[in-house]
Amino acid sequence: MQQARRTASRGANLGDFVFASLTRIAGVFVLVLLGAIIVTLFIGGLPAFEKFGVGFLTSTDWDPVQEVYGAAVPVFGTVVTAVLALIVSVPLAFGIAFYLTELAPQWLRRPVGTAIELLAAVPSIIYGMWGFFVIVPIMAQYIQPAVIDSVGELPLIGPLFGGPAFGTGILTAALILAVMIIPFIAATMRDVFLTVPPVFKESAYGLGCTTWEVMRSIVIPYTRTSVVGGIMLGLGRALGETMAVTFVIGNTNRIATTLFGPGNTIASLVALEFPESQSGSLKLSALLALGFILFVISFIVLAISRVLLRPRLKV
Amino acid sequence: MSATLSSHSTLPGAIKNLNVAKALGRRRSRASTVVKALCVLATLIGLALLASILLTLIVRGFGGIGLGVFTEVTKPPGSNGGLLNAIVGSLIQTVIGVAIGTPVGLLVGTYLAEYARGSTLGNAVRFVSDVLLSAPSILIGLFIYQLVVAPFGGFSGIAGCIALAVIVIPIVVRTTEDMLSLIPVAMREAAMALGAPKWKMIVQVCYRAAKDGIVTGVLLAVARVAGETAPLLFTSLGNLNWSLSLTKPMASLPVTIYQYAGSAFDDWVQLAWVGALLITFGVLAINILARVVLRGGK
Repeated sequence: MQQARRTASRGANLGDFVFASLTRIAGVFVLVLLGAIIVTLFIGGLPAFEKFGVGFLTSTDWDPVQEVYGAAVPVFGTVVTAVLALIVSVPLAFGIAFYLTELAPQWLRRPVGTAIELLAAVPSIIYGMWGFFVIVPIMAQYIQPAVIDSVGELPLIGPLFGGPAFGTGILTAALILAVMIIPFIAATMRDVFLTVPPVFKESAYGLGCTTWEVMRSIVIPYTRTSVVGGIMLGLGRALGETMAVTFVIGNTNRIATTLFGPGNTIASLVALEFPESQSGSLKLSALLALGFILFVISFIVLAISRVLLRPRLKV
Repeated sequence: MSATLSSHSTLPGAIKNLNVAKALGRRRSRASTVVKALCVLATLIGLALLASILLTLIVRGFGGIGLGVFTEVTKPPGSNGGLLNAIVGSLIQTVIGVAIGTPVGLLVGTYLAEYARGSTLGNAVRFVSDVLLSAPSILIGLFIYQLVVAPFGGFSGIAGCIALAVIVIPIVVRTTEDMLSLIPVAMREAAMALGAPKWKMIVQVCYRAAKDGIVTGVLLAVARVAGETAPLLFTSLGNLNWSLSLTKPMASLPVTIYQYAGSAFDDWVQLAWVGALLITFGVLAINILARVVLRGGK
């Protein structure tokens, strides 16, 4: 009897040990995975880093014939498109989150919320095609000519809206990115708005506050950090978006001086140039170095986002 | 209100204040109304964008759907090709990718929920997994290119599967941990009280109770990787010929769409729209199914 119990308990201990070890190994594997991605990209990019030094970051060259490569143009394009996308998407996402938490009738909340979330599920290549075949013609025929003729004539900001109306370019890419990150930001904002204790809102309503005042004075101050975290999450997504941007940005390695001008981003450059790079070539190394830079930028943004979001929300 | 007004009408100051208050109140409610209207507008814009995408896909893609799409492989322009190899390639890579990624994700999620509550290692793993969840997928492609494709002699279907598996892991981790955390302590205690060792409690009680949630996570992972293009460009590359070999380049629907949509041939562009229609509605259907599964469990 005692023997049996001992065997049973040893079996249980062994089972526990094996299972706990397995899960722990899997956990450590995730850490190793991240480390491996960083190290692999860095080692791959090392020849380019060694050849060009710090100048790699500031050089605007991308010349496969002369074998001179620089990261300034794609880094510029990546940051500018992502930031423009945020400027467009944050107000829209806020409006959607506000509508879904405070304004919409109860029966409408779930279907509308689901529809917005489905926007996030559409594959990015579809956004690319939609952008290229639907948005680009609209931009080229209506929006860009109209803007160039009106805003483009103004002093100071006018030159930002100049150039030929091809329909593609930095602004079009930013708009497509904005559409793609709206659901992420809106869903996060909605979830954090829902964490505000109803008592807070009810007391403000009880004092005679309007819906907007409750939002502005109670909900937003209470959730400010998490809202910023949600916006950073959207930024992180926008930085690394590849296929949609590749379709509409114009793919030119030049720092655009107007919003309608063509440009590129790290991700779009890598996607386009990779098929023409020989294994082991300096060009491939430069692309991997760009990948490393993109990873570092996204890692920082996503890490900040997570730190800001974690206290309020398990994202 | 008018009664109050008349009773104080002997005091001019009060009337003035009341009028000011009324005007202020009007302004406040007007501001609120304007903001509400803008929010409704924002939501309508969001819905209109979804509708525009879906309508574009239906209008441009539906006309091209025929039996040939599913029975013919990709062919040179003008010879009535289909998408069979791309569809099969996508299915194979998605299934294998999810099959590799799910067990790992499940174990990591279990580790986070059951063994590593509050531990430093656990927090680090959770943090890294969250970052990987939103990391640019094109970099996963570059990573697997360097790790698998370059050293082992070329693009292959299996490299594509591995790239997709890396994307699957953090998705499954997230849902598994969340769902395991929702299981009531009483249920665990009941299993423990019957003498079950911890691993048995987890496998036979917790997994079973969290089944719907875990299935949801796997479905979401399927929906996510089925539409991934960027990581496959550098791993399985795409293949315009019929090939089921995992050691050779393999076609996939998103990569074929990418190649065809940018081409100058009308029939290729048409096929790209058909592929886009299939993949989008497939992905959205899986997404909705995932939600139904989750809701059914509650």
